[in-house]
Amino acid sequence: MANNYTDHPELRFELNHPLMKRIVELKERNFRDKDSFDYAPVDFDDAMDSYDRVLDIVGEIGATTIADNAEGVDLEGPHHVGDRVEYASGTKRNLDAMVKAGMNGMTMPRKYDGLNFPITPYTMCAEIVAATDAGFGNIWSLQDCIETLYEFGNEDQHSRFIPRVCAGETMSMDLTEPDAGSDLQSVMLKATYSEEEGCWLLNGVKRFITNGDADIHLVLARSEEGTTDGRGLSMFIYDKRQGGVNVRRIENKLGIHGSPTCELVYKNAHAELCGERKLGLIKYVMALMNGARLGIAAQSVGISQGAYNEGLAYAKDRQQFGKAIINFPAVYDMLALMKAKLDAGRALLYQCARYVDIYKALDDIARERKLDADERKEQKLYAKLADSLTPLAKGMNSEYANQNTYDGIQILGGSGFMMDYPIQRYYRDARITSIYEGTTQLQVVAAIRYVTNGSYLAQMRDFEAQPCSAEMEPLKARVKAMADKFEACTAHVKDAKDQEMHDICARHLVEMAADCIMLHLLIYNASQAPELFAKSARVYANFAESEIEKHNNFIMNMTPDQLADYRQDVPAEDAE
Amino acid sequence: MSLNIVVLAKQVPDTRNVGKDAMTPEGTVNRAALPAIFNPEDLNALEQALRLKEQNPGSTVSILTMGPPRATEVIREGLYRGADCGYLLTDRAFAGADTLATSYALSMAIKKIGKVDIVIGGRQAIDGDTAQVGPQVAQKLDLNQVTYVEEVLSCADGKITVRRHIDGGIETVEAPLPIVLTVNGSADPCRPRNAKLVMKYKRAMAPMEMPENLPYADEYKRKPYLTVTQWGAADVDADLNQCGLAGSPTKVKAVQNIVFKAKESKRLGSSDSEVEGLVQELLASHTIG
Repeated sequence: MANNYTDHPELRFELNHPLMKRIVELKERNFRDKDSFDYAPVDFDDAMDSYDRVLDIVGEIGATTIADNAEGVDLEGPHHVGDRVEYASGTKRNLDAMVKAGMNGMTMPRKYDGLNFPITPYTMCAEIVAATDAGFGNIWSLQDCIETLYEFGNEDQHSRFIPRVCAGETMSMDLTEPDAGSDLQSVMLKATYSEEEGCWLLNGVKRFITNGDADIHLVLARSEEGTTDGRGLSMFIYDKRQGGVNVRRIENKLGIHGSPTCELVYKNAHAELCGERKLGLIKYVMALMNGARLGIAAQSVGISQGAYNEGLAYAKDRQQFGKAIINFPAVYDMLALMKAKLDAGRALLYQCARYVDIYKALDDIARERKLDADERKEQKLYAKLADSLTPLAKGMNSEYANQNTYDGIQILGGSGFMMDYPIQRYYRDARITSIYEGTTQLQVVAAIRYVTNGSYLAQMRDFEAQPCSAEMEPLKARVKAMADKFEACTAHVKDAKDQEMHDICARHLVEMAADCIMLHLLIYNASQAPELFAKSARVYANFAESEIEKHNNFIMNMTPDQLADYRQDVPAEDAE
Repeated sequence: MSLNIVVLAKQVPDTRNVGKDAMTPEGTVNRAALPAIFNPEDLNALEQALRLKEQNPGSTVSILTMGPPRATEVIREGLYRGADCGYLLTDRAFAGADTLATSYALSMAIKKIGKVDIVIGGRQAIDGDTAQVGPQVAQKLDLNQVTYVEEVLSCADGKITVRRHIDGGIETVEAPLPIVLTVNGSADPCRPRNAKLVMKYKRAMAPMEMPENLPYADEYKRKPYLTVTQWGAADVDADLNQCGLAGSPTKVKAVQNIVFKAKESKRLGSSDSEVEGLVQELLASHTIG
């Protein structure tokens, strides 16, 4: 039987990374749940076996129920009934299967009915779901908003909301407004405390809210009257059972049709504060977005896998000039590059997920007891590593998903352009990944500080010191030379001492860093499992090397006086 | 009202994905080449049983399977989806059973389980396609039976209402409990395995499956539900003459491959009279109708 997990052994390889030992140790804390919960693991192997089995279930649902419903969901889409959203019929069946399989609130503690899973296997589930229906992936993956409620909400809120999410209630994060997209500091939705009602009242409009008719919403709103920036914003929990939020319209989109994108009207909606006032944007939304970005990275990898599968199957089957087209260099070149980008991007995604796991588990321990000095050091180290890799994982994988689906259609040729094959759906679904939860351009803004402060370079130099297989040694030498170029480019941009030149070179520098780090990860993977990764490592090395050269040429030839050629002439009345 | 429900489940070779080595040169099923799976229609039956359990709090769903020790896998699959317990009926004496001997052994096991309200299984197994075991179990236990069930609509006050498939349509029937039901493959598919239940029951084993150096041996002491009940012929008071090969009057005389040849085909025009003629011919030969 088809299975989105076991059909792709690269996933199981990523699951069995040595860092999982530490992650399980931190997550299970001496396996203290083993006597109180019949599904808790008793040791490390037991925990790993459970992750593997649960991934197998999701893999099966992905390849059966969700795959069967994908086309129907794409055509039907959600319905706007009254002021509410009614999911497409296939979406309801998908959700029902995932809820019955117990795949909600996966990362939450067992005392709230969660599975206490690390982020890493949870993220794999998100990838597996997205590999057959990226739009459904949104509805299901928004469960990770509960992480933020768990991190910043109080115990009373935990006990009221977390079990509901574990039972299958859905979530949304209501951030964007008509005049607050990338610039969330401009959020205007008004929160006023009502002494009479004993709760906060929300009034205003939100736009482009994914799964906007969810059961439980996290809402960014302006609680401090008279403020205009991010420091006047707080985070609220809105429970649909309270009423007061209506869906004014569902957007008609290019892709992810199954995922309802809503315009919401808040009329005295009763809400409760999550965490402290004024920290809504500067602390909580940042945490929320980091989780969401990892989710979009996983969705992107899933889409890349789906596109590769479609392209590969067609190329094997399609005969032209008397042979299957997969035998033509022009075709297998595309497939090899798709696979290399997929493997490289996935390696980056799970490296990042593991880093997130370690620091978040330590954060959680810190809620119970004081961390010792070593643990604090470990927490800081992994938090920094995770923060540095998150924008790379999101930015690169979403761009790769777009490139891979583009190539996927190219392999199918005219058939790929027809609506009859699923590849067109992957192509349309991929397009949003480099836009939402922060565009690629904003991922560069988040990542560039790790270029300038030397963090990425230090990670590369660390990788260089790690042993690799003899087979991978030549690649190691090449990636070292690439890192040297990255270092020189960084110095060149710094030396120019020009902010605008720095900004225009930023994307190039960030991509150089990502290319080097991904190649290092593939070298590691190929040293452990050459049968799975050696080809991709070599193909990716060729690709990344030419990318580095391209960026190197751009940066080294760039001078501040050329910026005038790039600036667009703006008529005086439009200029600020 | 709480119900005691027994699901009849069989482990079968997956004949839906048959490769070239699916049959031995002797013409028997090459079990080694085919993956062993939960008989598909038994999964449809399990889903109906689990819904009955949800609608009738306090009910129990047990999986009953006859087969070699590895057939315990279907019990685990049942537990992963929400069944409460399982019974593995295994004994050399049961080997080689046809439908008569199988239904005898199953009916003896059901008697041993005790007061049962509903026995439910798939219409037929994909390895034999006989559809005889369910009805024979009903006969041997002297119970009512409803076959070809699409959906159980309700169960209350000692009566059950089901929708069943009949030629040319469906009918809704009501029958008193206890009862035997057989379920069609067109009924709703079974729910997926549940994460918590998989983690809870993943080590469940019948005693005959357990290796000498049983991993996590302490767990079995702490968690009795990890040891699946295993019964031999003597445990269910079965008469050995009615079990296995000894109790099986069916004898397979020969197995042959059917290859359709062009000379057996007929070319028809598209006129109504020619089609009508073919229909009459097929009715006469009892191929249809």
